[in-house]
Amino acid sequence: MRRTVRLHPSLAFALSLLSFALFVLGDASEPKLISVYSPIANYSLSLARRGSHDYVGLLEILEPLGTVSSRVEAQNWRLRFNSIEGMFPNGAARVRIHGREIDLSAPFLLEGGRGLVPVDSLGTVLPVFLAFPVVFHASGLRLFIREEGTSYTTQLESGTPARLILNFSSPVNPRIATEPGKLRMTFTRDPIIASGPPLVSFNNATISAASFVETNGAAEITITSAVPLLASFGNDGRRITIAPAPSATLPAPSANRNSAAAPQSPPPLSAPPSSPGATTGSPAAAPNRIFVAIDPSHGGAETGATFSPTLVEKDVTLAWARQLRRECEARLLRTMLVRDQDIDLQNDQRAVMVNVARPAIYISLHAASEGKGAHVYTALLSLSTPEQGLFLAWDHAQVQSLASSQAAAAAITAELGKNIPARAVVAALRPLGNIVVPAVALEVAPRNGDLADLADADYQRQVASSVVAALAALRGKLEAAQ
Amino acid sequence: MIPRHLEIAMAVLLSAVLMLSFYVSRMRARVKATAAVVDNRPVAPPPAGPTEQAALYIAYDDPGVLHAESAAIRLPSGRQERAQELVEALLARYLDKNSPHILPAQADVREVFMVDPGLVVIDLNSALADGHRSGILVETLTIASFSQTLATNLPGISRVKFLVDGKSRETLAGHADLSGDYQIQAIATLSQQLQSSP
Repeated sequence: MRRTVRLHPSLAFALSLLSFALFVLGDASEPKLISVYSPIANYSLSLARRGSHDYVGLLEILEPLGTVSSRVEAQNWRLRFNSIEGMFPNGAARVRIHGREIDLSAPFLLEGGRGLVPVDSLGTVLPVFLAFPVVFHASGLRLFIREEGTSYTTQLESGTPARLILNFSSPVNPRIATEPGKLRMTFTRDPIIASGPPLVSFNNATISAASFVETNGAAEITITSAVPLLASFGNDGRRITIAPAPSATLPAPSANRNSAAAPQSPPPLSAPPSSPGATTGSPAAAPNRIFVAIDPSHGGAETGATFSPTLVEKDVTLAWARQLRRECEARLLRTMLVRDQDIDLQNDQRAVMVNVARPAIYISLHAASEGKGAHVYTALLSLSTPEQGLFLAWDHAQVQSLASSQAAAAAITAELGKNIPARAVVAALRPLGNIVVPAVALEVAPRNGDLADLADADYQRQVASSVVAALAALRGKLEAAQ
Repeated sequence: MIPRHLEIAMAVLLSAVLMLSFYVSRMRARVKATAAVVDNRPVAPPPAGPTEQAALYIAYDDPGVLHAESAAIRLPSGRQERAQELVEALLARYLDKNSPHILPAQADVREVFMVDPGLVVIDLNSALADGHRSGILVETLTIASFSQTLATNLPGISRVKFLVDGKSRETLAGHADLSGDYQIQAIATLSQQLQSSP
C-alpha cells in the first residue's frame, strides 16, 4: 500500500519563513557607510546599492549642515538648502542646482519622497549647495567638508620595552581591538588623515609596522607586533602610546619575526582611558559609545521660564549645556547634545534620540529663578509598572534604570553640595520617565537670588565642574551598566 | 388690477409682521428687566458641620520646602465636599497677601471629584495654570501640596489627577507633568523629600 505524506499548510509556511530568514541572514554583510566630517558635525550615513552604484540620501547629507527642505513636484524632487535651490528629475543624470546644470555619474533616484544621488557625484553636487569645496575620499567613503582633518605622526622609542607613540593634531577617540599580531584602531568620528606613507615599517622586533587605510567610512591604523599590546591615552586624547602588555614576553632575540607574530596568549583588549593619561586594559568600555547625553530643555517657540525681557530659560540651558560639554570633553567623556540650536523639540523626540544613542547617562538641564542652588531630579514613577508583556510602557521606560539614576543623582548632589545648596528630589518631569538609561534632570537656580547668576560664566563653570567630577567618579559603574 | 387673492395674502402677511414686531419688542423688554435683577444668592452654601483639625501641606518657595501645618477647618461630612473645602483652604492660604507660595490672583479650583476606587480629580481653572510660575520646583510644590493634603485628610485615595478647565493638559506651567495620574505612594515620597531644606 502506498502512503502519501502531505505537509500541513501552516508547517509549510513556517518552513518557508525559516528558509527565507536563513537566506537573508546568510546573505547579511556589513552595511556600507559614508562618513562626513565638517566643522559643524561629524556623522555617518548608510548607503543604498542600486544597480552598480552606491547611493545616499542628499537631504540626509545636508541636514546637519544648515536649513534644508524638500518637496516632490510630479517627477521632480526640489531641494532647498539655506537659500540655494536644486531640481532633480527622477531618473535623469542631469540636474539643475542654483541655475547650473550638473551631470551625475548615474541617474538621480526618487524613492518614497527621498532623493538619492550617486555617492561618487557628491564631490560635484555638494560644493554648489555649500559654496565651498569638499574633498571626497572615494575608496574609504569619507567626505571632508571644510575640514582639514586630523593628522598624526608616529615615533618609535626602541627602549625596553619598545613603545610606539602616535601624536594627533586634535583629540581622538578610536575603537580599539586586538587580534593575534595586531592592534587595530578604528576612527569613525575622527577625521584622521594620513600625513605620510600609508605603511611605516620599524626595525624593531616588538613593534614592526604601522599602516593606515580608509575603508567603509572609517580610518584604520593597524600596529603589527610580535606581542600583545596595550594602548594608553595622554595629552587630553592627542597622544596614544602603544606598548607591550605588562604580562607579554618577547620572543627569543633569535626568533624569526614571522613566527613570533602569533602571541603566546590572547592579547587583552584596549579601551579609552578613564581619566586623561590613564592606561587602560578593560574590555568592558565601549570606546565609541556616547557616555553622556546632555539635553538643554525647551527651545524654539517653547521658551521655558522667562527671567527677564532678555533672559529666557531655553537660552540659559543651552549655554549651560555647552559649558558642560566642554568640561566633559576635557575629561574625555564622549558627549552628545540633544539640542545644540534654538529649535523646537518635543519630549518624545528627545527621548527617542537618547534611547537610540544609549548613552551611559542622560542629563536634562533646566534653570529657575525660584529657590537657591541646584536640585537634581529623578523620575517620579508609580511603584507598580503596568504589565505590557515583552515591552516596557513608554511612561515607565525608566523603571529599570531608576536605581542607577538615583545613585547618580545622589553623587551629583553630593558634589554640587560642596559649593552651593543642593538637593536630590523626585519629580514628574518628562522625558525622564521615557528614558531607558540612567537619567537625571538638573535645575539650577541663582546662588543667592541674583538672576545675573544664571548667565554668569563662572557660576556655569563651577556647576559644570561639579557635575563632571561626579560623572567621572561614576564612570566605571555607568559604563559597566551600559 | 391686483387679483383679490393676492390682496388677501398681502394683508395676512402684513398683519403677521406687525404681530411679530410687537411680540419681539415685548420679549426684549422682559429680558432687560430680568437681567437688571441683582442675584443675591450666595455663591456657595457655607459648609455645615463642626470645625476639625486638618493637616495642610503648605509650600514655601523661599527654601523650597513643603511643611505640614494644622488648621481648624469647618468640614462637611461628604468626602467630595471635604475635599473641596481642603482645597479651598489651601487656595485661600496661597492667595493671601503673605502667601509663602504665590499663585495667580484669579487662581481657583473649579471642582474636586471623588471617583471610585480611590481616584480624586482636581479641576483647576486656566488662570491658575496659565499664570503659574514656570519651574520644576515651584510646579512640583503646587502638585505635592494639593495631592498630599487630600491624601492625608481623606483616607482611601490612591491616585490624583489634575485637569485644567475640565481638560487634560501636558504640564502645569511647562514642567510638572499633568498628562497622567499621580500615584499617592510616589507623592508621599516626593512630599517627604520636599520637607527637608536643600
